[in-house]
Amino acid sequence: MSANLNVSVILPELILVGFAMLVMILDMVGTDERPTGRTLLPWLALVGVAVAGLVCIQQYSQPAASFQGGAVSDHFALGLRLIILVATGLGILLSASYIPRINKQVGEYYALLLLCAAGMTMMGAATDLMVVFVALEILSLALYILCGLNRESPRSSEASMKYFLLGAFSSAFFVYGAALIYGAAGSTQYDEIAKALAGGNSNLALLYPGIALLLVGFGFKVSLVPFHMWTPDVYQGAPTPVTAFMSVGTKAAAFAAFIRVLVIALPAQQPSWGWALAIMAILTMTLGNLAALRQSSLKRMLAYSSIAHAGYVLVGIVAGTSEGADAALFYLFTYAFMNIGAFAVVIMLEKANEGDALQNRAAGIGQRWPWLALAMAIFMFSLSGVPPLAGFFGKLFVFKAAVDGGWAWLAVIGMLNSAIGAYYYLRVTVSMYFEKPGAETLSQRSTWSALSIGLAVAAIFTVLIGILPGMWTALFTGGLTGLGG
Amino acid sequence: MATSYLPLLVLLIVATGFGGIALGLPMLLGPSRANKQKLEPYESGIIPFADARRRFPVKYYLVAMLFILFDIEVIFLYPWAAVMRQLRDNYSMLFAIVPVGFFLLILILGLIYEWRKGALDWE
Amino acid sequence: MTLSVLFFVLIGAISLAAAVGVVSSNHPVHSALFLLAHFGTLAILYITLEAQFLAAIQVIIYAGGIVILILFVIMLIGSEKIVNQAEHRTWTPYVGFALGIVLLGGLAISLLQGFTGVEPNAALLQGGSPQAVGLELFTRYILPFELAAVLLLVALLGALLLARRPKLKIEEQ
Repeated sequence: MSANLNVSVILPELILVGFAMLVMILDMVGTDERPTGRTLLPWLALVGVAVAGLVCIQQYSQPAASFQGGAVSDHFALGLRLIILVATGLGILLSASYIPRINKQVGEYYALLLLCAAGMTMMGAATDLMVVFVALEILSLALYILCGLNRESPRSSEASMKYFLLGAFSSAFFVYGAALIYGAAGSTQYDEIAKALAGGNSNLALLYPGIALLLVGFGFKVSLVPFHMWTPDVYQGAPTPVTAFMSVGTKAAAFAAFIRVLVIALPAQQPSWGWALAIMAILTMTLGNLAALRQSSLKRMLAYSSIAHAGYVLVGIVAGTSEGADAALFYLFTYAFMNIGAFAVVIMLEKANEGDALQNRAAGIGQRWPWLALAMAIFMFSLSGVPPLAGFFGKLFVFKAAVDGGWAWLAVIGMLNSAIGAYYYLRVTVSMYFEKPGAETLSQRSTWSALSIGLAVAAIFTVLIGILPGMWTALFTGGLTGLGG
Repeated sequence: MATSYLPLLVLLIVATGFGGIALGLPMLLGPSRANKQKLEPYESGIIPFADARRRFPVKYYLVAMLFILFDIEVIFLYPWAAVMRQLRDNYSMLFAIVPVGFFLLILILGLIYEWRKGALDWE
Repeated sequence: MTLSVLFFVLIGAISLAAAVGVVSSNHPVHSALFLLAHFGTLAILYITLEAQFLAAIQVIIYAGGIVILILFVIMLIGSEKIVNQAEHRTWTPYVGFALGIVLLGGLAISLLQGFTGVEPNAALLQGGSPQAVGLELFTRYILPFELAAVLLLVALLGALLLARRPKLKIEEQ
């Protein structure tokens, strides 16, 4: 066997890991007493993300496979990398002034953030269940730790503990499912699995439980109902920049790996997993939206809304088509900007050391802080899917993929759900502009430059993608080339 | 193949047997006349003032976790040591060394980092 | 042949008894020691299955590392005897038993059908010696191997972030 070690396939990951190590080295220059150079750490991390992004764009037209079918860098992988890098970049901007207030160990924080991002991007490139598993563990372990960053806050520790216990449980489901599929197909590599299963001589008593367990494992990570129980508590308890980063990053990474397993390795089983996914999509959208209606905390509302959005993405991949995969990825791309933007506004609204903001903090900010209110309005309209913002086109392509795949009724349920969702997003907007500022309303705002930049970037892109969707969809078309190993 | 482990099994049996005999025989043969002084933990030492099973500081746990991490690192080197020559002959010297070198580089940086951060200091 | 079956039954019985001891013992330290016995016997079973490397991992990582870690946890939270807290939820043993039956049934079905899965290629069936594992690990699975280093680094950073008190704070106290 000749060994194929085409390192360029995982170059963006290597750059992220390399910059994580640079962050550690720069952090070591100072001591706890004299933290020399630690204010530079977020910018160093940001440079790493930018370099990785440039490499992605440069590699865009040269898909390749490597590591004996362990990883590919097709358009799908590169598209996912862009999403993750956007989420990481915005996450760093949101963290720059927030994290030092809750934990002095910023070196570890940025190193973990970059390593976590490397694990996430690896999820999209991986074409082997072994690689997916290790990448999944990298991102999960990093997130368990990041959730518990605020050691002074019991809520943060609770979030970390809860996420860890349930996440470890779900990883066990995933690895058991992977083992059963290996037993049925004799390989962990996607193309080989598909080939073995196409032959029809596989053990179905191993295969179907395997697929079911895989669905459970991924379902936990992207918080599909009925595996969503951890989401509100963890999103609320975790430090807000971490919540913003993980709400987009984990979802995108786990969905990407999920899509690739289903579409490349298990296309022949689509009639059976399609139905399971459709039922979960309906439950996820409906329960997420109904629960979000009742929340008074902004973070909890966004947590339930993120559950609902996982349902929308799922609508796109039920049909198991390549078009659906592209649509799901584009949806996640738009979601990265609008959701992290919304969390950035939450950070602005938070009281010092509270880690959360109630909806009445936003009441009447339209008069007091017009730019902040405008940005929040853009994110809320985009999340509810109002044209011509980014969120509208995300939903449009996902539902179109479902209709084209013969699941028109599912798309209709998705649209009805968007209508429910619009209610709670618009309620925030209405309260910002048509209510008088109350006692709880944000009264003074510190000038956080990095956070403001992140907020502005997210808002501008949410509008820009909405105005010129064609320019961006080109990045996310013809994704899954299914290169043989 | 498994029969080559027979000496190991014999050793296991001898070791447990010896331990069992060493503990069992005195119990059977020796006289047992216990009194209060004899049952004290230290016959002529300080009288114990609290339960020995007290809660330990979390510091110990950090050391234990770091120990496990490097334990796992070592287990990866074990198969590498077994096939290093074979990899060199089948592919190239570079192929035998560079991947492990990269693996070790990452973890050595981690070691230096924790050292520098004072995780190995015992106050 | 019969001798190896006898050996398997003997070691398997000890292993199973130790496993039952882990869950039934009231004292956490005893549970940990039963776990040690269980891991040890599992390692012996792996050797009989020609999975020598797995046996080494079982001894070095699980018996040598994980059990120690568990003992540390017991020391951290105190090792008082556990009063049977599950008692007021009387349905849990029955549900567990029912789920066990379901699992047994599923295993029985898939085994009775005969193993019709695709056989892995011959290279994978060379046995579980360190050489065989090493050749696979450093050629086919080299990417997961390198990722494992990143995973370990993440764990190391996590240990520093969650269990270490920065020096500044100690001086303040």
